[in-house]
Amino acid sequence: MTAKIKLIGVKKRFGSKVVLDGVDLAIEPHTSLVIIGGSGTGKSVTIKSILGIITPDEGQVLIDGEDVTHLKGADRDPLMKKFGMLFQGGALFDSLPVWENVAFGLIQGRGMARGRARDIAIAKLAKVGLGEDVAFLSPSELSGGMQKRVGLARAIAADPEIIFFDEPTTGLDPIMADVINNLIASTVKDVGATALSITHDMASARKISDHIAMLYGGKIIWQGPTDQIDNSGNEFVDQFIHGRAEGPIKMAVKA
Amino acid sequence: MNPFAAIGRAVLSLLAEIGRLALFTGRSLKALASPPFYLRLTLQQFVRIGYLSVPVVGLTALSTGAVLALQIYLGGNRYGAEAIVPQIVVLGITRELGPVIAGLMVAGRVAAAIAAEIGTMRVTEQIDALTTLSTNPVKYLVVPRLVAAVISMPILTAAGDSIGVFGGYLVATQNLGFTGSVYLKNTVDFATSADINSGLIKAAVFGFIVALMGCYNGFNSRGGAQGVGAATTNAVVSSCILILATDFVLTALLFHTA
Repeated sequence: MTAKIKLIGVKKRFGSKVVLDGVDLAIEPHTSLVIIGGSGTGKSVTIKSILGIITPDEGQVLIDGEDVTHLKGADRDPLMKKFGMLFQGGALFDSLPVWENVAFGLIQGRGMARGRARDIAIAKLAKVGLGEDVAFLSPSELSGGMQKRVGLARAIAADPEIIFFDEPTTGLDPIMADVINNLIASTVKDVGATALSITHDMASARKISDHIAMLYGGKIIWQGPTDQIDNSGNEFVDQFIHGRAEGPIKMAVKA
Repeated sequence: MNPFAAIGRAVLSLLAEIGRLALFTGRSLKALASPPFYLRLTLQQFVRIGYLSVPVVGLTALSTGAVLALQIYLGGNRYGAEAIVPQIVVLGITRELGPVIAGLMVAGRVAAAIAAEIGTMRVTEQIDALTTLSTNPVKYLVVPRLVAAVISMPILTAAGDSIGVFGGYLVATQNLGFTGSVYLKNTVDFATSADINSGLIKAAVFGFIVALMGCYNGFNSRGGAQGVGAATTNAVVSSCILILATDFVLTALLFHTA
C-alpha cells in the first residue's frame, strides 16, 4: 500500500542552523502519527515542509506517492484541498465571525455559496460540541478551549484527507486538553482522515495516535506503535516520555 | 572588527532587502492580474483607506492652502507681487502639496494600519492558515489593499486639492483683502489640466507605495509584538521616504525638466 505521506531525506537549514537533517517518515492511510520532540527540534518545520509553506533544501515529500516537494502556485491548489490544519494558537481570523472562519475554506477555497457553507459550518461546530449561538460570535470573545474547538471545526470543514495538528493541547488546562484529545481522536475517525500531529504533551500523544515518532537532532530517532513507546529500548525516548532532566538529551539552559 | 566587512554586510543586506521587495512586488502584480478577485474585501478597503482618510487629508489640505496663501502674500509683498497669490496657491497645491501631503498622511494612517494588521496575522499564523485553506494570501490580503489605495489616492487628492485651494481662498478673502470672484477667476484661468493630472498621477503612485510597503513589512514581520511594532514603524518610514524620492523622479518625468 502506498503511504499517504512520505518524507525521504528531508533537510532544511535556516542560515547556519540545521533544523532537519534527513527526516525519513511514512504514514499509512487512515492512521494517526504523532511526532514528539523537544521545543525547537523542527517539528513545526516538518509539518510546514509537507504543507509547502516551507520548501525543503533537500529530499522529497510524497503525498499519495506523488512528489509534491516543489509544487507551487496553482499546481498546488488541488493538493491543498486534501489538507486541513489545526494551528497551535488557533490562528482564527479575528476579522470574521466564528462560522465564517469554519466555512472559510468552503467559500474562498471552493467557491461554495455562503448560505450553504454556513449550514455546513454550523453542523461542523456541533460536531466539536459548540452550539449555533457561538457561530455568530467573534473569535476574540471565545475562551482558549473554544478557540481550539473552532480551529478543529475549521480543519475538518472541507472533509480533508489529511489533518495536521500543531500542539493541539498547548495552553489548555488538563481537563480541556483531554476533551480536545477525545474530539481529535473521534473526528479523525469520523472523517476517515490520516492524521499527523506534533506535540510534547505525552498524555495527548498517547491518546490521539496509532504510531509515535520521535524527532531529535533533525532526524527521526525512533518510530513505532503507540503501545510500544514504553518499551522502545531507546534512552532518548525514555528520557523524553518520562520528562527527566538527566539523560542523553542535553537541554541548552543558556539561550 | 573589520570596517570593510561591516560596510560589505550593510550593502549586502540592503541589496537583499531590495531584491525581496522586488520579488514581493512581482508576486503582488501577478496576483493582481489573475482571478479570483475579492470584490467585497476590496470595497471594505476602499472604506478604510479612502473614505476614512477624508478628514485627515481634508484638514491638512485646508491648513496647507491657508498657510501657503499667507506665505506667498508676505513673500510676494517684497516685490509688490502679492496679487499672484491665487495662481501660486493652485499651482503649488495641485502639482505638489496636494498629492505629497495626502500621500504622507495616508502613509501615517494606512501603511501603519496595514502593517500592524498583516503583521499580527503573520505572527499568529493566520497567513499560514490562509494557505492551508486553499487561499493565496497575496491575493486575499495584498491585492484588495493595493487596488483600493491606487484608486482612492487620486480621489482623495482631488478632494484635498479643492479644499486646499479653498483654504487659500479663505485667507486671501478674509485677511488679505482679495475679492472672492477675482480670486476664483484667477485660480481657474491659471490652472491647466496638466497641473491637476500630474498631481493625480503622483497620488496613484503614492497610493501604490503606501499599500505595498504596509503589506510588505507586515508579511515579513517576525517575533511577536515587538516584530509587529518594528514592521509598523518600517512601513511608515519607508513609505514616506519612497513618496518623497519618487515625487522628485515623477516631477522630472512628467514635466521633462531632467
